[in-house]
Amino acid sequence: MGDRNASYVRTEMMEPQAPPITEVGAIRWVRENLFDGVLSSVLTVLALLAIAFLLHELGPWLLNSVWNAHSLSQCREILQGEPGACWGVINDRWAQLLFGFYPSTLYWRPVLALVLLFVALAPVLFPSAPRGLIWFTLAYPFVAFWLIWGGSIWLPISVALGFGIGYATLLATSRLGLLISTIAAVVVPVLYWLLFSGDVAGWLAGVVPLEIRAVPSREFGGFMISIIIGVTGIALSLPLGILLALGRRSNMPLIKVIAVVFIEFIRGVPLITLLFTASLLLNYFLPPGTNFDLILRVIIMVTLFASAYMAEVIRGGLAALPRGQFEAADALGLDYWKAQRLIVMPQALKISIPGIVNTFIGLFKDTTLVVFIGLLDPIGLASAIRANSDWQGIYWELFIFIGAIFWIFCFGMSRYSMHLERRLKTDHR
Amino acid sequence: MESMEARQIDRSHMQVSDEVAIQISSMNKWYGQFHVLRDIDMTVRRGERIVVCGPSGSGKSTLIRCINRLEEHQSGQIIVDGTELSSDLKNIDKVRSEVGMVFQHFNLFPHLTILENCTLAPIWVRKVPKREAEETAMHYLTKVKIPEQAHKYPGQLSGGQQQRVAIARSLCMKPRIMLFDEPTSALDPEMIKEVLDTMIQLAEEGMTMICVTHEMGFAQAVANRVIFMDQGQIVEQNEPREFFNNPKSERTKLFLSQILGH
Repeated sequence: MGDRNASYVRTEMMEPQAPPITEVGAIRWVRENLFDGVLSSVLTVLALLAIAFLLHELGPWLLNSVWNAHSLSQCREILQGEPGACWGVINDRWAQLLFGFYPSTLYWRPVLALVLLFVALAPVLFPSAPRGLIWFTLAYPFVAFWLIWGGSIWLPISVALGFGIGYATLLATSRLGLLISTIAAVVVPVLYWLLFSGDVAGWLAGVVPLEIRAVPSREFGGFMISIIIGVTGIALSLPLGILLALGRRSNMPLIKVIAVVFIEFIRGVPLITLLFTASLLLNYFLPPGTNFDLILRVIIMVTLFASAYMAEVIRGGLAALPRGQFEAADALGLDYWKAQRLIVMPQALKISIPGIVNTFIGLFKDTTLVVFIGLLDPIGLASAIRANSDWQGIYWELFIFIGAIFWIFCFGMSRYSMHLERRLKTDHR
Repeated sequence: MESMEARQIDRSHMQVSDEVAIQISSMNKWYGQFHVLRDIDMTVRRGERIVVCGPSGSGKSTLIRCINRLEEHQSGQIIVDGTELSSDLKNIDKVRSEVGMVFQHFNLFPHLTILENCTLAPIWVRKVPKREAEETAMHYLTKVKIPEQAHKYPGQLSGGQQQRVAIARSLCMKPRIMLFDEPTSALDPEMIKEVLDTMIQLAEEGMTMICVTHEMGFAQAVANRVIFMDQGQIVEQNEPREFFNNPKSERTKLFLSQILGH
């Protein structure tokens, strides 16, 4: 291109070329990330010193770990004054940390329930799982309840029957309009559960007695209790949160008010208050003689608590959807529920994945609060173990173990959510 | 406009029948205190191709959005294919499944593939078997000349391609009326033509269409009637040649001089 001549015509298009050799490689990475300027170099050296200090302090303690000991004093004898971790407590009491006071001959039942949990989760988490498994997923809550609590098989079956009755009601009343059939499909099964399900179960058990040894809730403890409350709370709070979020955006004033009041009330109250309500106050309100299981009450409260947060997370996702998506669904003639299910929720939930998983993780860790109402979760058991003279004064090892197991679960959820976000990324931005 | 003249338009199927497709009578709409649509009277016959134009804020988009009740009107009557639009949800769903709509910003569903975008409504609203819905979808995708994109996601397509998919998606419901809400306003100049070609093709097949657009070349080529709106009212309507060459109202003259002047 000449200085004074503005006219230029390219005769050949240029092919793309490789970047210069100095722009790639490991040495370049180190220089750019660790020693990029004075401040960066100083910080790198300081960080290395901090790591070295931690290794120096913690290294011997971890390296001198004692695994075979039946009391803290035995540990101290073995260590002879050297610093060292006494993992003997985990070795000695792991079963208690996992199962609480669940009868040891029946450990296979919660373990089987946990294994089946992963089978039941497969079709929900991975699209490659066989579709037929979804039926097992639907049956799983009842199977797991029976395995863990034991007793007559007819109780979970008669409760499951209530869902069948609800669905039948929905089909039978579908001609009366969406609102009426939805209400009927909720009211009829609730009446059934309150009035008849107990009798049905009793009658069936009379005809065909089929039961395994029952284990009362007060014998539950440890991670079993955390997982029962956590998994149930997670599974129930998502659908409830979706309904609350939709309710809060509803055009119908009554539904909107109910959703707003519920969310604001539950969010404004500490979880621990709700747990105390579950353990103490509910007994006053329930008719005398009703034995409403404490774990069940706690699950209900934890679910309500998490669903209020969930609703707000999902509302954020709904608000982020362009109005055009709703309009396009309307313009194609999709009705409200179909539009929600096929167009709105898949996108709104995808946007909210980080927030949803955040709530899940929070809920799972909050299960440790049940220690305050006398349930023996892992933290409660740690105190119980220390109450024994053998293990008096042992803190770090128990808390590290409990923390590690919680971390594994939470990290697993976090990794899965990142995988899910990548899998669902279709917008190619 | 040159592109429009370059193409020979086949008018053999462009016939307006006496059958009334849409009847709007003394319809009014307010946004709060703001009177958006004022006393609209309008009859659309089967086979008509109507272009609605006017300055922004004149209520032209609101008008066609009232026809499938994306917007609610407060007084007057709108009858689409014999069904009156009221708060009755059944009627609304019925009208919506008969009336196709194409939006300025395409509004494709980004989480579904092109093919799924096209089959969703037929499967869930019309209860068409999946296989059949997919065949129909491929037929219309071929017609808008992008069958090879069927398994991609909307985000991977250009604006013009997305808008053609949006047209195909509407056609999959076999609508009797098509509404276009500024279908080319969000497109690069190079892509406007491909979308307009698709719309012309549709007009040639005798589709009843109402298009809100500023593409005056398109109006001259295929419309049988042009409606000019301002301040929520229909100011002037006429067949295109008269409308462009001999506008009656001062407002129309001003508008035309501004959009055709440059």
